[in-house]
Amino acid sequence: MADLPGRYGEYGGRYVPEVLIAALQELEEAYPKISQSSEFRTELEDLLATYAGRPTALTFARRMTDDLGGAKVYLKREDLAHTGAHKVNNVLGQCLLARYMGKRRVIAETGAGQHGVATATACALLDLDCEVYMGEEDIERQALNVFKMELLGARVRPVSSGSKTLKDAINEAMRDWVTHIRNTYYCIGSVMGPHPYPMMVRDFQRVIGIEARQQMLDVEGRLPDVLVACVGGGSNAMGLFHPFIEDDDVQMIGVEAAGEGLETGRHGAALSAGTAGVLHGMCSLVLSDDDGQIFEAHSVSAGLDYPGVGPEHAYLRDIGRATYVTADDDSAIDSFVYLSRMEGIIPALESAHAIAHARILAPTLSRDAIMLINLSGRGDKDAPQVRDILAARHSESH
Amino acid sequence: MGRIESRFSDMRERGECALIPFLTAGDPNLPTTEALVLAMAEAGADLIEIGVPFSDPTAEGPTIQRSSERALSSGTTLRGVLKLVNNLRPKIDQPLVLMGYANVFLAMGERNFAEAAKEVGVDGVITVDLPPEEGGLFFDSLIECEIDPILLASPTTPESRMAMLVEKTRGFLYYVSLTGVTGARKEIAAGLEEAVSKIRKISEIPVCVGFGISTPEQVAEVGRFADGAVVGSALVDLIEAAETPGPAVASVSEFVAKLKRALR
Repeated sequence: MADLPGRYGEYGGRYVPEVLIAALQELEEAYPKISQSSEFRTELEDLLATYAGRPTALTFARRMTDDLGGAKVYLKREDLAHTGAHKVNNVLGQCLLARYMGKRRVIAETGAGQHGVATATACALLDLDCEVYMGEEDIERQALNVFKMELLGARVRPVSSGSKTLKDAINEAMRDWVTHIRNTYYCIGSVMGPHPYPMMVRDFQRVIGIEARQQMLDVEGRLPDVLVACVGGGSNAMGLFHPFIEDDDVQMIGVEAAGEGLETGRHGAALSAGTAGVLHGMCSLVLSDDDGQIFEAHSVSAGLDYPGVGPEHAYLRDIGRATYVTADDDSAIDSFVYLSRMEGIIPALESAHAIAHARILAPTLSRDAIMLINLSGRGDKDAPQVRDILAARHSESH
Repeated sequence: MGRIESRFSDMRERGECALIPFLTAGDPNLPTTEALVLAMAEAGADLIEIGVPFSDPTAEGPTIQRSSERALSSGTTLRGVLKLVNNLRPKIDQPLVLMGYANVFLAMGERNFAEAAKEVGVDGVITVDLPPEEGGLFFDSLIECEIDPILLASPTTPESRMAMLVEKTRGFLYYVSLTGVTGARKEIAAGLEEAVSKIRKISEIPVCVGFGISTPEQVAEVGRFADGAVVGSALVDLIEAAETPGPAVASVSEFVAKLKRALR
């Protein structure tokens, strides 16, 4: 898709301090060699099947379909993967790569803790040292995930700089990597960062779309008409979309977090409201002011609370191959409840954004149309937060 | 000949290493920065590096991270920094180099920034996260405006790449002394002298060393083999420790003079 390696139109690239260049070149050379070797492929496929629980199910959402009265709705069940989200696909790939590269120490950033828990899980499995950078604010909000990471043998490093959230955790992980470049592997959690990360993470997440494509053919005998997935950094959406890119009749829709509303400035919608800029080693769409300072993103869902987005999404938007819409905090909460009641599936708040858009779109489509939603994760982690929000709503209405 | 080039050729003639102090513009506010730069120039700085604050400075240690945060909370913008240079330029003859991150420069537009920077008398620009592979248009715009795009090299830079960097850099090569972020260290990185002498073998370009250099003794050590020594965090610490601008100017001035004496 890209003109140059690591370029997606004008986006992508490698905007990093000089110290990191050699490490990225080493990774760029090692990745295709290792990931295409039959030894690596066999080991990863085995882990995905016997450890992560792949292939994940494709579920026909019968009650949701009936209720919405339009397109047939299917759910790709990444919530059923080990650790409860699609994140495991990427960390198993990257941590296995780290081991093949002889790097015994793995670092990662985490916002709400999902990628941190997934990385800690893979490091426990593969016997690697693991340190996870996490903003102090997030540590407070996500105490359970901190405990899980420690339980899994990882060290959680609190980050007190900047906004003390995900973007600062990434900054601090990059500072660690600069310092320990020779023995450390940086396991980035989404299709972002400097080349080759956006490509690598996409490749490891493509398993979602490859499986879903075959499952649709098996069940319906044809491809879906529309794919819907939430987009923060964009890894679950890219994993679903990418194997369908050449299928021109398949529409692809990414749903970003509108937070408290795009007009309030408190959102996480880099594709819908961002400008081209440079953040965390990549050129992409970012939330930045006229002076080039990065905004704090906002979303009720920590996984979408990021002021940038993967560069390939920015490219797919520009060429019109994918479209990007938003869902706000309230509609995500409503859809969290909706899917729980309709299908007996508690979705992650991130995935609830995709459900929210599907509820608007499906009724406008014919009954022959097929919609495939990526249910990127399960919502157990969000249950306490949603309980509090619903209780607050309840007391306001009385 | 640009101001940076002629400064280094003078210094080489005298056999002296340049003292390059760094501070963040707008920490704690731009008027104080102006007073601090004038004091540094007076106390013996040979070239002055002015940091442009950014919200996400991934190559900085805690000291300069905090100074960036203070500068941003005082409302410092790139346009404000250019105004600062405009005020300073007629008052001092030391080359002035801006150091910052790509997003801030690119947000203004490559050409717009280069022309505005030329207008006020910026001599060089160091962009921490813009390697030459990505910086083509920006660096070309700077060169057209007679501003030096100064590239960085590090201990992890392979030899073949080093040859490319010394070819493409202008004014001097900024050699990052260690694999790590900015900030004071107890010891100078092992192998530093050898690394600099390797660069000398392939290029005439002046080599300045920064990151982790904070004491007069370390400056004197670097001065034996490099064309310039950059001191940043140690000065920023003094600015942070002073509660009002007056004492900050006094302690910075005194420390710069001490560093300069170590090089004579």
